Amino acid sequence: MNFFEDVREYLRVNHEAVVQSLLDHIWLALLPVGIAFVLSLPIGWAVSRFGWIRHPVLTLSSIIYTIPSLALLLLLPGILHTSILDPLNVVVALSLYSLALLVRTVVDGLESIDDQIVQAATAMGYRPARRWFTVDLPLALPVILSGLRVATVANISMVSVAALIGIGGLGQLFTRGFQLGFYGPPIAIGLVLCVALALLADTIIVLFQRLVTPWTRAGSSR
Amino acid sequence: MIEFDDVTKRYPDGTVAVGNLSMTIPTGAITVLVGPSGCGKTTSLRMINRMIDPTSGSIRIDGEDITGQDPALLRRSIGYVIQHAGLFPHRTVVDNVATVPVLEGMSRKQARAAAYTLLERVGLTAGMADRYPVQLSGGQQQRVGVARALAADPPVMLMDEPFSAVDPVVREGLQQEFLRLQGELGKTIVMVTHDIDEAIKLGDHVAVFAEGGRLAQLSAPEELLANPVDDFVAGFVGRDRGYRGLSFAGSADLDVEPVTTEVEGLRLSLDDAGRPLGWAGVGGLLPTEGSYHAGDSLRVVTDLTLLSPAGAAVRVDAEGRADGLVRQSTVAAYVRRRQLGRLGSTES
Repeated sequence: MNFFEDVREYLRVNHEAVVQSLLDHIWLALLPVGIAFVLSLPIGWAVSRFGWIRHPVLTLSSIIYTIPSLALLLLLPGILHTSILDPLNVVVALSLYSLALLVRTVVDGLESIDDQIVQAATAMGYRPARRWFTVDLPLALPVILSGLRVATVANISMVSVAALIGIGGLGQLFTRGFQLGFYGPPIAIGLVLCVALALLADTIIVLFQRLVTPWTRAGSSR
Repeated sequence: MIEFDDVTKRYPDGTVAVGNLSMTIPTGAITVLVGPSGCGKTTSLRMINRMIDPTSGSIRIDGEDITGQDPALLRRSIGYVIQHAGLFPHRTVVDNVATVPVLEGMSRKQARAAAYTLLERVGLTAGMADRYPVQLSGGQQQRVGVARALAADPPVMLMDEPFSAVDPVVREGLQQEFLRLQGELGKTIVMVTHDIDEAIKLGDHVAVFAEGGRLAQLSAPEELLANPVDDFVAGFVGRDRGYRGLSFAGSADLDVEPVTTEVEGLRLSLDDAGRPLGWAGVGGLLPTEGSYHAGDSLRVVTDLTLLSPAGAAVRVDAEGRADGLVRQSTVAAYVRRRQLGRLGSTES
């Protein structure tokens, strides 16, 4: 009982800082996913179009994903000539991780399409660009969007690390808790908001997926 | 008219899919390309809409060489139907059918309106228009595939094994409807099949391909059955070609005897309206095993004489009243004279 009163008290005093952390967390997590998504489509297209780059691109993706996030956050200021406290470091680092994840799913998605359908579209008289956007891409969407769900949730959880190098987000509530000698309330608030945010973002993507890929559910209503 | 002029398709590994093919596919008729797998029939078909480009030689549609044409525009003027229909799984039936008109710049609304009419034409109900392909049976999907190919009213249609993925009963129905539709539309159709019976049934002309992409024979199906040019064609056409060839002969010239004639000790028994009841003999009434109309083929009549206990086929008029009998011996003599006339005329 006492703990919940402490949480309420903490929120009463620090609600402005908590809201600010939440907002920082949202854009720090989602902007990289957006950037990575936009970049992953042409890269995925190129991989499906030029077979020889498949191996190098996918290997590079795997390597990027194995770099520890803290190391990358400390390395990037040197590469980008940014200050260590610049949020750009976080955005770039998370964009790279998201890109590594999404390139693979875009490639998987495009490769999951029945070649006969693509052939049929070409034989109907589609030009390559229009065919890609109106046949290939929509058919790859179920796989691509499931990758986007993973990337989004992973990012929302990973942004917390940014607090360790002094950048905003809900992770700051964790560092605050530690600074106050393992004081529970900010840690609990940060954890709950982080999970809630991940669930909300995931739900939005699932709803979007239902909206844009109605045919995937048609089979069951026969 | 589609003309192949010395067309060869050779792949980088040296395989010759089509070798020095020259043939003319007439306008407004169904030409079926048939042959064992790997004989180049599908390659030949796909060269017509430039899905594959020939290594050498040229293809002309109505006198115009297709090599210089924009492939996308060329393909929009050629309907294309494939096995398993190849429908777009992410589009409803009506939007699948509207594909080519929309590509050609028609508004979606207009294209849909036209698509509804086409769906009816291929025997589907408007209620299916908003379904997704996965919700249709194989036969229904194939109908949608045909409607999609017809949507822009192309003069030429290419069909690659269009009926092979459905069960025999459905296939039979689709084939009948296809012939009815072609009777109304009169398109220039090129179809690929590995099934010689389908080729003979549907084709106005049948092109038999041999391994290595060689055209062995191109002729009317009747001619193919009667006079295969070599052992390969004869073997591919298969058994019973004499009997199957009778499908293309009419029965109008057969000598018909009165229904009252006694045949092999049996006499045709009729009801009050004059419809056949059966063959009456000492043992009672035996079934006639069916009857034929004046327009039926010689194959139908021959089959009836084989089934009938009296060895005679019963002809009926439009109302089903018996109006004549044809004996097995009459049919046999007629077929013999016909074959003699055909072979005699070929040699002269």
